[in-house]
Amino acid sequence: MADRPLRVVVAKAGLDGHDRGAKVIARALRDAGMEVIYTGLFQTPEQIVQTAIQEDADGIGLSILSGAHMTLFPLIVEQLKAQGADDIVFFGGGTIPPDDVVALKAAGVKAIFTPGAPLQDIIDFVNAECGKKART
Amino acid sequence: MAKMMDRASGSGNPVSPEYLEQQRLWEAASAKGKPRTGPGSGATDRTLSDVPLKTVYGPEDIQHMDLARDQAMPGQFPYTRGIHPNGYRDRLWTMRQFAGFGSAKQTNERYHFLLSQGQMGLSVAFDMPTLMGYDSDAPQARGEVGKCGVAIDTLADMETLFEGIDMGAITTSMTINGPACIAVAQYIAAAEKKGIPRAKLGGTIQADILKEYIAQKEWIFPPRPHMRVIVDMIEFCTAQMPKWNTISVSGYHIREAGSTAAQELAFTLADGFAYVEACMKHGMDVDSFAPRLSYFFNSHVDFFEEIAKFRAARRIYARHMRDKYGAKDPKSWQLRFHTQTAGCSATAQQPENNIVRVAYEAMAAVLGGTQSLHTNSMDEVLALPSEKSVEIALRTQQVLAFETNVTNVVDPLGGSYYVEALTDEMERQAEAYFAQIEEYGGVVEAIEAGFFQKEIAEASYRYQRSVESKDRVIVGVNHFTREENIDDLELLRITEETAREQSSRVAEIRATRDSAAVAATLARLKVACGDPKDNLMPHLIDCVNAYCTEGEIVEAMVSVYGRYIERSVF
Repeated sequence: MADRPLRVVVAKAGLDGHDRGAKVIARALRDAGMEVIYTGLFQTPEQIVQTAIQEDADGIGLSILSGAHMTLFPLIVEQLKAQGADDIVFFGGGTIPPDDVVALKAAGVKAIFTPGAPLQDIIDFVNAECGKKART
Repeated sequence: MAKMMDRASGSGNPVSPEYLEQQRLWEAASAKGKPRTGPGSGATDRTLSDVPLKTVYGPEDIQHMDLARDQAMPGQFPYTRGIHPNGYRDRLWTMRQFAGFGSAKQTNERYHFLLSQGQMGLSVAFDMPTLMGYDSDAPQARGEVGKCGVAIDTLADMETLFEGIDMGAITTSMTINGPACIAVAQYIAAAEKKGIPRAKLGGTIQADILKEYIAQKEWIFPPRPHMRVIVDMIEFCTAQMPKWNTISVSGYHIREAGSTAAQELAFTLADGFAYVEACMKHGMDVDSFAPRLSYFFNSHVDFFEEIAKFRAARRIYARHMRDKYGAKDPKSWQLRFHTQTAGCSATAQQPENNIVRVAYEAMAAVLGGTQSLHTNSMDEVLALPSEKSVEIALRTQQVLAFETNVTNVVDPLGGSYYVEALTDEMERQAEAYFAQIEEYGGVVEAIEAGFFQKEIAEASYRYQRSVESKDRVIVGVNHFTREENIDDLELLRITEETAREQSSRVAEIRATRDSAAVAATLARLKVACGDPKDNLMPHLIDCVNAYCTEGEIVEAMVSVYGRYIERSVF
């Protein structure tokens, strides 16, 4: 394990106000011992990546339930690359159809959790993947 | 006969020594029972909202009930048993499916389809940029145009949306809050261009901004100036649109955000009372506007809890409207509500199971006495619903209305020991929340303190934990799971083409309209925003008639009122 708690940014982007999932995930990750920064609503991809860099985050979890995922996820991947911060583990979740999950993973999103995903799976994923980053 | 009279008066409880002995024997037998174990066994003694439950209910649980005071007959104060004397025998609920996606033209086609299939009213879903007050070509609208609903930038889009539809004959519900006043102005203007006067327009505007700060998060201005906008709209519509429901105070989104049933009930009614107080403070007579207020609730999957919630809602509302706000017109006491089945109860896994959930939820809404109903489509958890799944959802209501016979007797669960006791419990919990809100100084103050948001986040997290631990079972999610093949479902997709088309449409309107009229109407609107004595609605109608875009109108108002920023809690 890393010698400091993992730091994760839980983010909401665009105009999507559905924050139930994001808040539950934020709380679950915090209860699992991580430091969680919740961005609040209506952030731009640029703001989210800036927050992650400033907070020295190991991971970004983006929640989208508005259908804008094929636009907003790739914009964050792009921003992470542009800022040389693509070692930050980028994952997300929401109402995302299976075909889009495949496409987003191919575009560089590490994991997509859809409705019904157990919290423990998400915690395990963050521990494993962000843990790798924190150790390097 | 004498015995029946005794029961009706509530005085002669038919508890005989023989019955007491039966109770005693039952208790002994019950104590020997072995509670079942395994998934789902952790929540057998409480409702979905964690209200503790007895194993069985009996006359002792409703002993305190006074029939005249607490129940009365259907159509009588306090309306626990419904607002109509004959329930659904005289009039069924309105089957109203919420629909909207892509461009106004695409949605207009869906409306023609729904009306041809026997739907009785329209319900407009707007896309996120429209709901948040941005035009389709605004940078904030990236990726969102036409996704969650239809994009409406100007009056031209509203005209297209209702092309070929007799706006004087149908009723339309519009689910929009922040810019609700603009949508109403566009609706009036579109109808009047067709020669239909505003007084003939029937329908509902949601316009419930308080629940936006609490749960749905589609706000624009801060709460205090926004209350003024709403009071103006209620005042205007009350005076000029006698068939229009001036607001739809909504618990739906509060529940979807993770609240309990009692929180949904309490927070929604508290919001409703806050609007009542604001209008009265503005000098309006409560009986002038209260009959046009309407409500909107969620119907979740805990069957009896939901029915109790609806019954309690009517009773609490009637009592407060008459006794606290002094309303004299019985129409002001009657809580009329729309119901939608719980989107949050739907699962992405084995989506066909959602058809079953929706059927139970719809039946709860009907047994609770709803005035109109939207049944969710099985695939809404994955994407906007396809035409086939929308049809199944509508047919679910038709089977309920015409085959099950649950409509033939009013309030069929009235008098059930359990349902009556749970109805009381809902009322008790709601009153306790009202007292807490009062301590903050009111709804706006409680919002500013983050009270509702925190209560809901707590409840939602507690629920999620009970699913994780399998205290509660969700079929197909944490029990009875199987490998999925969702690819079989045909999903509706909105392409970025809609965004491009909509952006060029709004650009074209900006280039061809009378720009002097735009500037003049926006300038007058800004002045009115700063003058609390002037009603905003006529100015807004002038703006939309000049083809100002929604984004321009919102910007003009923001320049006076500012934008709301939330203090996030989790």
